[in-house]
Amino acid sequence: MDLTLKIWRQKNKDDKGGMETFQISDVSPDSSFLEMLDLLNEDLVNKGEVPVAFDHDCREGICGMCSLYINGEAHGPDRAVTTCQLHMRKFKDGDTIFVEPWRAKAFPVIKDLVVDRGAFDRIMEAGGFVSVNTSGNTQDANALPIPKVDADNAFDAATCIGCGACVATCKNASAMLFVSAKVSQLALLPQGQVEAKRRAIHMVEQMDHEGFGNCTNTGACEVECPKGISLDNIARMNREYLSAAIVSED
Amino acid sequence: MSTSKGMTSIARKFLMALSGFFLLSFLLLHSTLNMLSVFAPDMFNIASHFMGTNPLIQFAMQPVLAFGVIFHLAMGLYLEFQNQKARNVKYAMNNPGENASWMSRNMYITGIMILLFLGLHFYDFWIPELVTKFGNGDMSGLINPADETSGYRYMAELRHKFHDPIRTGLYVIAFVFLALHLLHGFQSAFQSVGFRHNKYTPIIKKLGNIYAIVIPGMFVIIALFHFFNA
Repeated sequence: MDLTLKIWRQKNKDDKGGMETFQISDVSPDSSFLEMLDLLNEDLVNKGEVPVAFDHDCREGICGMCSLYINGEAHGPDRAVTTCQLHMRKFKDGDTIFVEPWRAKAFPVIKDLVVDRGAFDRIMEAGGFVSVNTSGNTQDANALPIPKVDADNAFDAATCIGCGACVATCKNASAMLFVSAKVSQLALLPQGQVEAKRRAIHMVEQMDHEGFGNCTNTGACEVECPKGISLDNIARMNREYLSAAIVSED
Repeated sequence: MSTSKGMTSIARKFLMALSGFFLLSFLLLHSTLNMLSVFAPDMFNIASHFMGTNPLIQFAMQPVLAFGVIFHLAMGLYLEFQNQKARNVKYAMNNPGENASWMSRNMYITGIMILLFLGLHFYDFWIPELVTKFGNGDMSGLINPADETSGYRYMAELRHKFHDPIRTGLYVIAFVFLALHLLHGFQSAFQSVGFRHNKYTPIIKKLGNIYAIVIPGMFVIIALFHFFNA
């Protein structure tokens, strides 16, 4: 496949940046999108030019590192996949492909296609955990009876890999799907109840503090999420937060 | 619902939804009463006079309604302003139509169109009503205040307004925007208050679609009926 790539280049977080055009030839339809970018970078290095910076790690769709807004969609035109699982057979020979970083004020561009997703880490630090005694006498989690439906829903929420596609695709750059998944995975389990109110309030406050937009329930995040995180979680977080805020003494 | 750090985005959306529910109930009442003008003109006159002169409605319900409209509008604009700020650099290539409906992505546009319509609607009906009642001191509701047999003026005023094809056209266009706003707003309000259920949410979505078509449709029928029967 011969392709034209229009890629966002930005030297550092203070650089204005802009789109640059590259030509790439002999791309296998069976290669992944990241492998195609590897080919481009090999070519650029051989020419003595600066390669395109982009995030990646496991390349198995489970780490949440790869990102990329491809042809106007988070993780490209395929559904329920990360960019590392997107294959070039989804494109046609001669196509022009736009490749951009996640766009959100809370995700500043560090270089080229790499953004700082530290805002997600700070939201997790604000309450996305269960405080447990790790002295060696920790109770076996399986000792607590949990309804199968709750366990399944909690697990579904926990499959969120924190890639940020929900923020990237939301017209408001809202992080509600991510935060709600992280609230839900604990709110559904008995171990998460003790800190439930504190968790909902602190994580939502941190989310707002980071500068993410407001959820307007367009549902775009659910469609583009590589792990299929449901809007059910957002409704659950709304309930968790509202009930916690009403009785909060903070 | 606010915490020590002020009101959060979820609390704002909750209040937006509550004001939305209130306005949904008002629209139902308004459209039902206005439909009387098509099927029972005398009843419409009586209902209009009651709504326009009852102290409870005039001095308790009407200010609440005005507050509800202003709050929904102001909060909607504030949230949209915040949302615009949350993405300071736009995408060079974006395909939002691939994952979300036009209605859900353009609530502020349909909302602003409804606001512009409200300006026209107030100019047409509300301001003349205030002038008649509180400017001229005429609380009789009669076509000729000096003649008790002249009958109520409300039906005649309605027919007179919809005699104008441009006004009728603008009203019909505004009701289309109202329908687009409601197609997303109805079900979105339930999500914002945290109500989502495997059994009931599909029903709410269907109910929302019916409401969003039927209520503005009734307003369109009323406008066109009086235009063609003026």
